[in-house]
Amino acid sequence: MAGGAAGDPGSGGGLDAAVAERLLETMWRIRAFEERLEPLKRSSMVLGLTHLSIGQEAVAAGVCTQLRDDEPVYSNHRANGHALAKGVDMGRLLAELMGRAEGCCRGLGGSMHVVDVAHGFLGATGVVGGNLPFAVGSALAGRLLGQDRPAVVFFGDGAAQTGIFAETLNLASLWQVPVVLVCENNGFAEFTPRSAHTRVERVSDLAAPFRVPAATVDGNDVAQVHAAFAHALALARAGSGPFLLECLTHRLSGHYVGDPGGYRAAVEDEAWRARDPIERLVRQAAAAGWFDAERSRAAEAAARDEVEAAVAFAASSPFPDLGLPAELTYAR
Amino acid sequence: MSHVIPYIAAIQEAIREEMERDDRVLYFGQNMATSPEDPFLKQFGPDRVRVTPISETAEIGIATGAAVAGYRPVVELYMAEFLLVATDQVVNEGTRFHFMSKGQVSVPMVMVAGYGFTAGWAGQHTGSIYGMFMGVPGLKVALPSTPADAKGLMTTAIRDDNPVLFFQNYLLLLDEGEVPDGEHAVPFGVADVKRAGSDLTLVATGYAVRTALGAAESLARRGVSVEVIDPRTIAPLDVDTILSSVARTGHLVLVDQATRHSSVAAVIAAEVAELGFSSLEAPISLVTALDSSIAYSKPVEEFVLPDEHKVVKAVEESLGLAPASA
Repeated sequence: MAGGAAGDPGSGGGLDAAVAERLLETMWRIRAFEERLEPLKRSSMVLGLTHLSIGQEAVAAGVCTQLRDDEPVYSNHRANGHALAKGVDMGRLLAELMGRAEGCCRGLGGSMHVVDVAHGFLGATGVVGGNLPFAVGSALAGRLLGQDRPAVVFFGDGAAQTGIFAETLNLASLWQVPVVLVCENNGFAEFTPRSAHTRVERVSDLAAPFRVPAATVDGNDVAQVHAAFAHALALARAGSGPFLLECLTHRLSGHYVGDPGGYRAAVEDEAWRARDPIERLVRQAAAAGWFDAERSRAAEAAARDEVEAAVAFAASSPFPDLGLPAELTYAR
Repeated sequence: MSHVIPYIAAIQEAIREEMERDDRVLYFGQNMATSPEDPFLKQFGPDRVRVTPISETAEIGIATGAAVAGYRPVVELYMAEFLLVATDQVVNEGTRFHFMSKGQVSVPMVMVAGYGFTAGWAGQHTGSIYGMFMGVPGLKVALPSTPADAKGLMTTAIRDDNPVLFFQNYLLLLDEGEVPDGEHAVPFGVADVKRAGSDLTLVATGYAVRTALGAAESLARRGVSVEVIDPRTIAPLDVDTILSSVARTGHLVLVDQATRHSSVAAVIAAEVAELGFSSLEAPISLVTALDSSIAYSKPVEEFVLPDEHKVVKAVEESLGLAPASA
């Protein structure tokens, strides 16, 4: 199931040319941003922990591009892709990662706590699983307000082993709130392969005992992610209860920039590179006649230009005012 | 005008009045609203009043999410020690959200927890563990000692735009006292002088206020005038009222049910030592629980905890008084 045969273009089902182009552009923006982030981190322009999602872009793109600004997304520590796909401005995002005043959180949050309320991006937590129930509370609020405003939360397969995951799934089901729980199962929890954590094969296997509908898709096939999430989102917008969507994927980088990655010896990156979600979409698009490789190269070039503009913007932003701790520790 | 009600009824009155005043106030927790006859459920309905499973972590997390989305949840957590199950949610999630989002998000949420059931409930239900939360940035901590303060602090807690930890003391739940009629809000960060005096300052928190007032009364019979100050909230903490009292009395004794090294008393002692040292005519004295678990057995439980006798002894030592004849 995980990706099908290498080189399989996948179904491409549910997409049309315009949607496919938007997904292509979104994935390239994430890829180009994160590839640029790595040297920025190594030169200490970007601070702290930098968790890259290179190879996982299809999940962020397939999910977030379908959401309205008033439909909140809660993310996890690997948040850059989710943020960009949800509409966070690239320059403001990078300024945040550089700890600058014009960052979307004025440099107070950093890469694990990017928040942009205007685009419905409610940030992340540095504690695995810690914000799973936030999305349930948000979806509950939407229901109480009588709005068709479901919430989405991204989590990794590592979070599925936490107690808060079970508590959250149970309450989401008990109260039947419209929340879509999107698992990016990349096979690694931090530095440890899934096989060392659990005998449960699929995260979606955990949904049935709580009577939560679930699906597992190839998370490197953006068409599959898009179609499966469209289904889950339609149910949620119609007022159904929770849905768990598991996307099998693979990060082509370490847990964070600088992670020596020795534990990944058993992983065949080459096989996964053949399942690169961008290249797969390009093959699907060629087969369907939506666009050709030239269009992909143009999207890549535009994305890399946008990244350089973001770098220029962020690097010229000042550091934040030292009065912020006194101003913002408490809401007034 | 006022009415006389128990401490627990005062808290419930505040929650009910705030739920009447503001549709956004939600109320949920374990073991509540399980019967259709539950007064909150009858008045406010199952959307706003909910029983939860034993899932403290998710309860607080869901409250956080609902608060971010505009609601004002009150989460009933029963035992303060149950907060420890959900420590990440109490300390490290909702409390950080406003700051880390540069103020884009706020989390108006109240967590209600009972503490100090020192009536043979042994090691895990008797702790006065509020001290470990008073240094958490973004979190406010209320610690009422009277029915009036219990109502007024709960009203303020629900209206506050930050996460508030509201500690109710189990042994005070049935204590009756006068509560002002109508709307009653006690501001956070404003200490109350529970008894005025001129010879020595006693600062006590939560349940220990009762202990301190008892000691002050017996000392008054010996002609010793003790001022008793209740900070009422320990985050924010009104240090100024304490400093100005100490400036007049020159003597400070701190009474706290918490273990000495996790007590509010230790923090107040540090503040006064730094900011009010020149006022002091004697060393600051701390009358706290021992740094020990609370014992099940009554004599050992009493040995570990502060009491009036221990407070009186500390006051005598601070003022250089001869012990009262037994």
